[in-house]
Amino acid sequence: MKSLRFVVPLVVFAALAIFLAVGLTRDPREIPSPFIGKPAPAFKLERLHDSSQSFSPQEMKGKVWMLNVWASWCVSCRVEHPVLVEFSKRNAVPIVGLDYKDKREDGLQWLARFGNPYSLSAFDAEGRVAIDYGVYGAPETFVIDKEGVIRYKQIGPVTPEALEEKILPLLKSLGA
Amino acid sequence: MIPELGHFALTIALALAIAQVVIAFTGARTGNPALLATVRPAAIGQFVFVAGAFAALAWCFVTSDFSVMNVAQHSNSKLPAHYRFAATWGSHEGSILLWILMLASWTFAVATLSRALPERFVARVLGVMGLVSVGFLLFILITSNPFERLLPAAAEGQDLNPLLQDPGMVIHPPMLYMGYVGFSVAFAFSIAALIEGRLDAAWARWSRPWTLAAWCFLTVGICLGSAWAYYTLGWGGWWFWDPVENASFMPWLVGTALLHSLAVTEKRGTFRSWTVLLAIVAFSLSLVGTFLVRSGVLTSVHAFATDPRRGIFILLFLVVVVGGSLTLFAWRAPRVGLGSGFGAVSRESMLLANNVLLAVAMSAVLLGTLYPLFLDALGLGKISVGPPYFDAVFVPLMAPAVFLMAVGPVASWKRAALPDLWVRLRWAMGVSIAAALVLPFALGKSSLMIAVGLWLAFWVVAATVALVWQRLRASPQQTLMGKIGAQSRSWYGMAVAHLGIGLFILGVTMVKGYETERDLRMSPGDRVTLGGYEFAFKGTKDVPGPNYAAVQGTFEVRRDGKLERTLFPEKRTYNVSGQTMTWAAIDTGITRDIYVSLGEPVGDGAWGVRVYHKPFVDWIWVGCFVMALGGLLALSDRRYRLRRQVAEIDAAAAGARA
Amino acid sequence: MRRLALALMFVAGLAFGQASEIAHPDPVVEARLKALAEELRCLVCQNQTIADSNAALALDLRNEIREQISQGKSDDEIRAYMVARYGDFVLYRPPWKATTVLLWVGPFALLALGIAILYMNVRRRRAPAPEAPGGERPSRTEVESLLKD
Repeated sequence: MKSLRFVVPLVVFAALAIFLAVGLTRDPREIPSPFIGKPAPAFKLERLHDSSQSFSPQEMKGKVWMLNVWASWCVSCRVEHPVLVEFSKRNAVPIVGLDYKDKREDGLQWLARFGNPYSLSAFDAEGRVAIDYGVYGAPETFVIDKEGVIRYKQIGPVTPEALEEKILPLLKSLGA
Repeated sequence: MIPELGHFALTIALALAIAQVVIAFTGARTGNPALLATVRPAAIGQFVFVAGAFAALAWCFVTSDFSVMNVAQHSNSKLPAHYRFAATWGSHEGSILLWILMLASWTFAVATLSRALPERFVARVLGVMGLVSVGFLLFILITSNPFERLLPAAAEGQDLNPLLQDPGMVIHPPMLYMGYVGFSVAFAFSIAALIEGRLDAAWARWSRPWTLAAWCFLTVGICLGSAWAYYTLGWGGWWFWDPVENASFMPWLVGTALLHSLAVTEKRGTFRSWTVLLAIVAFSLSLVGTFLVRSGVLTSVHAFATDPRRGIFILLFLVVVVGGSLTLFAWRAPRVGLGSGFGAVSRESMLLANNVLLAVAMSAVLLGTLYPLFLDALGLGKISVGPPYFDAVFVPLMAPAVFLMAVGPVASWKRAALPDLWVRLRWAMGVSIAAALVLPFALGKSSLMIAVGLWLAFWVVAATVALVWQRLRASPQQTLMGKIGAQSRSWYGMAVAHLGIGLFILGVTMVKGYETERDLRMSPGDRVTLGGYEFAFKGTKDVPGPNYAAVQGTFEVRRDGKLERTLFPEKRTYNVSGQTMTWAAIDTGITRDIYVSLGEPVGDGAWGVRVYHKPFVDWIWVGCFVMALGGLLALSDRRYRLRRQVAEIDAAAAGARA
Repeated sequence: MRRLALALMFVAGLAFGQASEIAHPDPVVEARLKALAEELRCLVCQNQTIADSNAALALDLRNEIREQISQGKSDDEIRAYMVARYGDFVLYRPPWKATTVLLWVGPFALLALGIAILYMNVRRRRAPAPEAPGGERPSRTEVESLLKD
């Protein structure tokens, strides 16, 4: 029918409007991690509290653990820190900190001041390891399973909701 | 007091706008003269109160009233006066008020300058514009009140974003919005025509000047935005295909197609459905652009801080306005009919090709801009679509349109003969091919992009020159002045605008093809050579500014050993926000720009420095201005003069009889 | 909140004197860096390339690319490195994949569609159409302007 083509612009617009509506529910700045389901990249870094000792994710094989990227200069880390400190008291899983692009003294002071939820912190002064993990800002948190595979990445602060709704169930399912 | 008055003025404006809509459509339907007589006053009244509200907000900014939240968040008492004024539109709320002011201004213009048009038609036009005003006024009052108070008042403001503390901020948004919003007039004309079922040459003639004016403003607005980015951002880029840039470019593409389509409808009575659709799409794209910039669905340096409520409101508004108009189109347009026929090779077919190509180009830009959103909405991951994609796709799509741009004006209406076209254009073809082959050779570097770009640029310029020459020569007047005077301004406008495009393409091709840059660490005393110039870094010194502290570098520029210029790029740290901004030093020239910007200090007085040599870059913006000038020239054509053309027509008729 | 956090982090990064960036002495390396960096997205910025950005992460990534170029890695390998860590999001030139076929083919499909519309339109109008009911008799102004232009 000839006049059918006059409806085409309306149909195209309707499709567009639907996508725009769905788009409103999305956050364009949140980038999913390509590491979900992949092995955590290997590294060897000095420990923050003792430079003569090193840390490598290998050491955590057989355990479910969390890797939290933080820094003394990071403002949102301050926001999430009490949540982590509280959570660490439950002793559910070891939380390893990754001090990102920081000065050792600043990092140590920060933990002394605000509490230390970490079983240990690795010192990533140059941020190289963070890049290897696809970190683009602090704070970020990874949940890694017993085989050393990354199962979840939290972008931004770990909020109580994220902890209850996403992380705890996952930890349970992984056999923590 | 003043903020509350401003807020109140907006409420009154909303009431008047609602009245405007109701009275207009009722009056148009019933033909009641009392109602029809009230439409214009209502529209003018709306304008007065909107202007009043804007003046109130501007007053708050200029007097640094920090009890108004918007002022406290976006201004500062140390800000120079003109930036305090420009800060009025430096936020989401303020810029929406600017939008509304522009819409009210266009409404005022239509209400006062359209006395020659039929009353009922004008009523419908004002009714449609009123509907848009109602939507935006509701939006601002419900979700984005610029007059919200901050109590207790802040002692000092948080300062305008340093990137916006620039003359560009004073003029680019107003120009841009005049353009974007101006397409609402063509839109309203089209809706009114669809409602009345009247879409003839007269309607096209009425729509044309309004569309031309909006197009000129938008051209200038986009051009200024590009030039501003170039000298402000510090790395010499002038177009990034950023979603917000695209949001202004898409209406421009469709607006250009609309202008050409209107010309055909006016002259030949054809393309009526096309023209109406283009008018609806142009303004719809303006509205979609408003949505994209303010809803948070896309990431952009230009995007305003967002709130999902705003996104939902604008989307609903979009659905009503655009959905409604496209439904009206689907229902009414099929009855419009085709109009007279034309041959496969004719000016009509070329202008139709122009319409189609511009529409396809716009669709490609829309596709690229929205694709990341599209994939994300389907849960298929996150990707980025940036300049590499747009450059790869847009240029091949536009090249045929640019080629035809030179052919269209020499083709006759209804039926054109190819041999005749060839005769008229062969000189231009020869010149352009020669330029494309010889220049790269002479300049020492060639590539496909350079060759094609040069060919197209020279093709357009040479063909336009040939067009003017041939027309003047064929003109029956005896003297040159007589010949020149005999052609219409509208026609000259077309030639000038096309010339502008040629200059633009030349600028883009030369810059992209031949620009050079060095990015290096320089200590005081170091030198670097680029583009035949030697740059000597003389060190930095601290220079205070009105609301910032700057580190200023000194670079001496020599050519053949002779000191030509000294450039002073700065790195400014703004007092209030602590943000740093790069202020590049640019030496502008007809054939090149030299551009120096400071990067980061690397210790011991050494700095990361970027030095650029950009041949012909200013022709990009000169070309744009020439385009706008062409539009202005066309706008000043006597057929759009307000005096009734009755006398003219009768005189012509008398002359024809004689 | 997260946006604010990222913005603050960005500013804080600048203030804390990131590792300085030293350009490679070999201009060929710098040229390759520029070409690569101009097509990679800075993840902490509001739509900028890592070539143009002053963010700490952008600087780190530029240094990383320089190193990899010096180590003899190819452009494809470097891009693969970035994508492995940040996903396709980091590429401003969308990769050719099942999910992006529509994106890359779309404009040219639209062009083909446009040409088809053009062709059909012109063919339809070839035969002189019957006068449309809107009143096609040319007015005086129409005739006059036809003669003029």
